[in-house]
Amino acid sequence: MSHNFHKDISGCGLAGIINKDGKRISGSSISKSLCLMNDRGNGLGAGYAAYGIYPEYKELYAFHIMYDEPACQRDTEEYLKKNYRIEKKEPMPTAPVESITISPMIWRYFVKPLSEKAERDAADLRDDDFVVRTVMKINSEIGGAYVFSSGKNMGAFKGVGMPGEIARFFRIEEYEGYIWTGHTRFPTNTPGWWGGAHPFTLLDWSIVHNGEISSYGINKRYLEMYGYKLTLLTDTEVVTYLFDLLVRKHGLDVLTACTALASPFWKNIDDLQEDEKNAMTALRMVYASALMNGPFSILFGHSKGLVGFNDRIKLRPLVAATKGKTVYMASEESAIREICPSPEKIWAPRAGEPVIAELEG
Amino acid sequence: MFKSLAVPEFLAKIDQIKCIKCKRCIQNCGWSVYAWGGDKVLIDTFKCVKCLRCYHYCPEEAITIEDNPVKYRSNANWGFYNIRNIKRQAETGGIPLTGMGSDMPYPVLFDSLLIDACQVTNPSIDPLREPMELRTYLGKKPAKLEFENGPDGKPKLKTKMPPQIKLEAPFIFAPMSYGSISLNAQKTIAIAAKELGIVMNTGEGGLHEDIYPYRSNIIVQVASGRFGVNPDYLNAGVAVEIKIGQGAKPGIGGHLPGEKIPLDIAKTRMIPVGTDAISPAPQHDIYSIEDLRQLIFAIKEATNYTKPVSVKIAAVHNVAAIASGIVRAGADIVYIDGFRGGTGAAPSIIRDHLGIPIEHALAAVDERLRQEGIRNEASIIAAGGIRSCADAAKAIALGADAVALATSALITMGCTVCGKCYTGNCSWGITTQRPELTVRLDPEVYAERLINLIHAWSHELKEILGALGVNAIESLRGSRERLRGIGLDSQTLDILGVKPVGR
Repeated sequence: MSHNFHKDISGCGLAGIINKDGKRISGSSISKSLCLMNDRGNGLGAGYAAYGIYPEYKELYAFHIMYDEPACQRDTEEYLKKNYRIEKKEPMPTAPVESITISPMIWRYFVKPLSEKAERDAADLRDDDFVVRTVMKINSEIGGAYVFSSGKNMGAFKGVGMPGEIARFFRIEEYEGYIWTGHTRFPTNTPGWWGGAHPFTLLDWSIVHNGEISSYGINKRYLEMYGYKLTLLTDTEVVTYLFDLLVRKHGLDVLTACTALASPFWKNIDDLQEDEKNAMTALRMVYASALMNGPFSILFGHSKGLVGFNDRIKLRPLVAATKGKTVYMASEESAIREICPSPEKIWAPRAGEPVIAELEG
Repeated sequence: MFKSLAVPEFLAKIDQIKCIKCKRCIQNCGWSVYAWGGDKVLIDTFKCVKCLRCYHYCPEEAITIEDNPVKYRSNANWGFYNIRNIKRQAETGGIPLTGMGSDMPYPVLFDSLLIDACQVTNPSIDPLREPMELRTYLGKKPAKLEFENGPDGKPKLKTKMPPQIKLEAPFIFAPMSYGSISLNAQKTIAIAAKELGIVMNTGEGGLHEDIYPYRSNIIVQVASGRFGVNPDYLNAGVAVEIKIGQGAKPGIGGHLPGEKIPLDIAKTRMIPVGTDAISPAPQHDIYSIEDLRQLIFAIKEATNYTKPVSVKIAAVHNVAAIASGIVRAGADIVYIDGFRGGTGAAPSIIRDHLGIPIEHALAAVDERLRQEGIRNEASIIAAGGIRSCADAAKAIALGADAVALATSALITMGCTVCGKCYTGNCSWGITTQRPELTVRLDPEVYAERLINLIHAWSHELKEILGALGVNAIESLRGSRERLRGIGLDSQTLDILGVKPVGR
């Protein structure tokens, strides 16, 4: 047990787009939207997550990994080779950006877990669980190696820089996705670190987050009880893993999970009809340590949809809008209007009430 | 019998010019310090315990109680009480008894912990303007929940929830039996518990019929003496507690002498009038963890699985492993009593030297249950030395679901922590059964003070949560990240799971 747990605090701007009909669009929109909110970041971190970008490899897990030095890559690949069939391995395509002078080595791998390997058999794990274990293992045990994306047909792209610079660096405009999220960061207490930028992802989950989880301490200890290792020095990691635990492991639907994470107040629960009251009371009791308290607005992406939600008293901004089959969410209305000048509907979601947009069909 | 050579601790003095000879001091002192000498009040200062009853009830402010300036020759090694206890033991051959928690100057880690607060990056929350929630449920929680859609399309719970104790604030009143305290003191606590939406605990003395109306705010206790235990008793409250040990006297039983067993107490304890009420050191059907499991499930059977079962233990060196065993044995609540916890009567030698503080014990237990992945299986109550809301908040941040209060509750009734509870002479009517003394404690009047105290602490707790930028107690619970240790060595920090200040 270590008492030197770390926590990063930051202010931020975020944006998200989903085409509910599955239509794929280039990353240039999200980048444009985010760049309007440059004053919400300070150049110490920006990033994007996109769904639907690897249709040719959609059955395989896409690992995006950053390495501090070649030795980390060697150790990581040694482990991967033992446990995965590596369909494709390549350096992440990047473009030179004048202001980005230092970057880690970034590689991507399209892989499938080998089912017959000893380490796997002993634990009798499903593919997803095994991938989670791999991510935890690499991130906590191989110093200088960080898996920052591990889902299927999706990927995260992030680093230290302003949103426009990071978009150019990763050539974001060349990818086409049906869901995009983006983030610009204003960290206040840690030096910019590529791994610390948003989004945070695990399998198909991706999180961009504006705010601070004031309940970080207990959320972290709660997750550790279920075997999660929190290594990335930021409280946003907590959000990612909480969704993973509640939705994937415990089987809660997304709305119920959001309700557990930003729960209604007792006074509202007490007024509900008997069945719902019992359900909500139990939800708060059982997931008390998962309650995310403190200011936040969050965009939570997964392969089937996009969810935006706020803390229980809305201490950070979030605006949503719709036009046709497209749903927009962002920290500021201006960021939405920058790419969708005349939405059909635009509103500020209430505290604790999630906006859930899902793919049709 | 010759005059004791044990120097009196206090000097009771009456200003004879101010004294109007009303004799209220004589009437009020439960210790017979004062007597009427024909023309003035006489003082036997050897009997004075400095409970200050006479001081408060003297209408002329003529009384002062001073610490006796006469001490033995000062000696850095042989302290006053070392010498005094030897003299007392030489005179009696007995074990010096004491009451309340230890007054020895052991370090209090609560005083070396500081709480975080918000600035800029996360906003603090004003409890006067925003909801601030203290509600707490004690009991076993399933690891996860299943829902189905109800007929109205709303979620309906599929998982069966184990029984819980609902508390409107994370405070409970610690077990104090009828016998150790007066019935009026118990009533005072019962009235307050009901009004506050929290719970009290009968202690091991059975449940008096006058307390029955408060049953929805009562935990009934089963201790080694099994006083007053029958199926009705087990089903009377909202939970049942098995008492294994007490922080002030771990490993030690209890002994209420026959002269303190009048009819009413005898009826409540279900023993004959005038017999000694002996609580053996161990429970004689629990000699190992599997025996405890059998008793837990015997009680669950007797209560048809409708009530959480709590197991109370003293904080001892190996408390983490013991607590883990208790949870695995089926307990829904683990009650940990630190060595500074109070008692109605305990040998000084035991109270002052056995057991460990609640801070270490609580931190170790919470961490151990998490490591084993069973923290949700039981709630933790921390007790033994909670002196203020700050202590309570720190205990909750270390991992307690709720804290138990006893001494602080008695202080609202007039107690000054004089530590002479075991004599049965309490001038405030708290730890006595003498009718002329207990009648002084009006439950309605003093319940209001006790309610005030818990309201005050609840307000303070909400201010702390607000400063931390959270609006529900569960976001503080176990959140050690919000604590820092000041002046603590690295090993202690590691045990507590907190960082040093400045990091």
